[in-house]
Amino acid sequence: MSMDSKNPQKFSSLYEWLTTDAPISRNQARLSALYMSWLELRSNPMAMFGITILLALVLIAWSAPLLAPQSPFTQDLAARLTPPGEGGYILGSDSLGRDILSRLIYGARITLYIVSLVALLAPIVGLFVGTAAGYLGGWIDVILMRITDIFLAFPKLILALAFVSALGAGIENAVLAIVLTSWPPYARIARAETLTIRDADYIHAIKLQGAGSLRIITRHIWPLCISSLVVRVTLDMAGIILTAAGLGFLGLGAQPPSPEWGAMISAGRKFILDHWWVATMPGMAIFVVSLAFNLLGDGLRDVLDPKKSSK
Amino acid sequence: MTTENRPEKRRRKPSVPLWLKGMTNTTITILVTMVGLLFVTFIIGRVMPIDPVLSIVGESASRETYEAAFQELGLDKPLLVQFFYFMRDIAQGNFGESLLTARPVSQDLIRVFPATFELATVGTFFGVLLGVPLGVLAAVKRGSWFDHIARVIALIGYSMPVFWIGLIGLLVFYGKLGWIGGPGRLDIFYVDMVPNITGMILIDSLIMGDMDIFKNAISHIVLPAALLAYYSLAYISRMTRSFMLEQLDQEYIITAQVKGLSANAVIWRHAFDNVKVPLVTVIALSYAALLEGSVLTETIFSWPGIGSYITTALLSADMNAVLGGTVIVGLVFICLNIFSDLLYKFFDPRAK
Repeated sequence: MSMDSKNPQKFSSLYEWLTTDAPISRNQARLSALYMSWLELRSNPMAMFGITILLALVLIAWSAPLLAPQSPFTQDLAARLTPPGEGGYILGSDSLGRDILSRLIYGARITLYIVSLVALLAPIVGLFVGTAAGYLGGWIDVILMRITDIFLAFPKLILALAFVSALGAGIENAVLAIVLTSWPPYARIARAETLTIRDADYIHAIKLQGAGSLRIITRHIWPLCISSLVVRVTLDMAGIILTAAGLGFLGLGAQPPSPEWGAMISAGRKFILDHWWVATMPGMAIFVVSLAFNLLGDGLRDVLDPKKSSK
Repeated sequence: MTTENRPEKRRRKPSVPLWLKGMTNTTITILVTMVGLLFVTFIIGRVMPIDPVLSIVGESASRETYEAAFQELGLDKPLLVQFFYFMRDIAQGNFGESLLTARPVSQDLIRVFPATFELATVGTFFGVLLGVPLGVLAAVKRGSWFDHIARVIALIGYSMPVFWIGLIGLLVFYGKLGWIGGPGRLDIFYVDMVPNITGMILIDSLIMGDMDIFKNAISHIVLPAALLAYYSLAYISRMTRSFMLEQLDQEYIITAQVKGLSANAVIWRHAFDNVKVPLVTVIALSYAALLEGSVLTETIFSWPGIGSYITTALLSADMNAVLGGTVIVGLVFICLNIFSDLLYKFFDPRAK
């Protein structure tokens, strides 16, 4: 540590600090690797397009009260089913005279809430199961991986449906159901990573120093599994959004009057032939966001897949 | 070196033939997965906030009737014993009675399954027919505008909520243009005119030789099948592309080119030949995904298949129907997985 502080102003700019061939600290090496990946990702226009949309989504969700022209819940039965652009309703109004644009803006919060919860919880469950199975081995491995296979064999949406019906409809239960159906692939990835690390020399060295399994798994195996899990999660985000919207559409996710996009499509379904905008607008929103996640995931895969980048 | 060779020699004369060992292992895996699937379903059924006794005897039943029904259902037994009964019933094809249709769930499932099967099969057929050439061409012309367009087509397919695009499709092609039939499998005046031979209307109407009904059935299936085909096309074309890229980089391809073979021969006879086996797995998986995706598609198109059966049952708290449907879809899923595994082992010489 004292070595670092002894060469202070060696780099003239942040750019130089990030692109050096000889990093002098662990954090610098880590950041410069990240920066290199970022440079490569930046050269992929489709991925950048995806990132832009997602940043916009986060901004919109964050500043929803400022952006929304109306409250998402205010009903105006005199102005029900107003076509887009008329009477101050930019995207039209729904069957209760609520402003669809405002509901979409507030709905962004729900979508982000669901996606981030699932994207956080499912990999954690997978990480626990996968690293335990991979490191401990033996019958624990057999049992845990069998359970994983069983969940993997289940059709996801139908299992989620059954779970939600058992737990009761609602956002939190929808999140739980999606987590319960989407952790197995992460467990497999974490186990595969653990198996390659388990017999490394440094693990043996820590073991000789007296570290227990728990310490080895949490301090020395988890950090190395996380990057591959993060990539996989990014690729799965679009699927999570679609599943959540599907549950909402079937009436098993967010409950009315919550402006969840899938539930909004379901509400507009009855009017689709005469009042197309009620169901079309929330669908566009789901489509754009999940496309953005797919574009980003596609770009990330190109950057992080060593097989492709060498070509 | 000698110590390393010894186990090698021992392995040459296994006491049990390898293929038998492999088969036993596969069988055990299948059995464990199936029991696990049943167990998860069973637990879901137990956790459900629905009293199975009340739904049979009704709200106003006396204490004694309730107790009798409670015991008859075996609910007084330990959970494991109950699970055993559950497995025994399912092994006998007994899923209980549906509250909604007041018929045995097994009969309902037999009635609705062909509709789903018909839709998923037509969807997969066109998905493969278009997706495989698209993927192959995208790999051959890697980096070209064709490759980019194929990529965008697939990405859009991955990103579109199926229930939304289904609604839009109905709005445009049925509501505005009137090109296709509306929701359901047939126009209302054709319903019940088709005898139930296979349960698949396209086939049954052909057997009957009634071209009017056949045409009508096609006008109804075309949109939902096209959507499902698009989804499987998105997946299949991407996988085909990456499999093909892997092959096209191999040296034997260069050898074939140097020999002076035509580009078509190199692509289809050499590279594609090695892609076939993993592709079968992908197709089986996408087929399974279509069966699952039917939940949303069928709801939109009022398609009387297993997906809409489960959803309707769910919304009316018809527990037996939900569990029965879940078990059947799960079993089909497992079977497709096993089937693709076996095909892989059968066709890939390296797996032997």
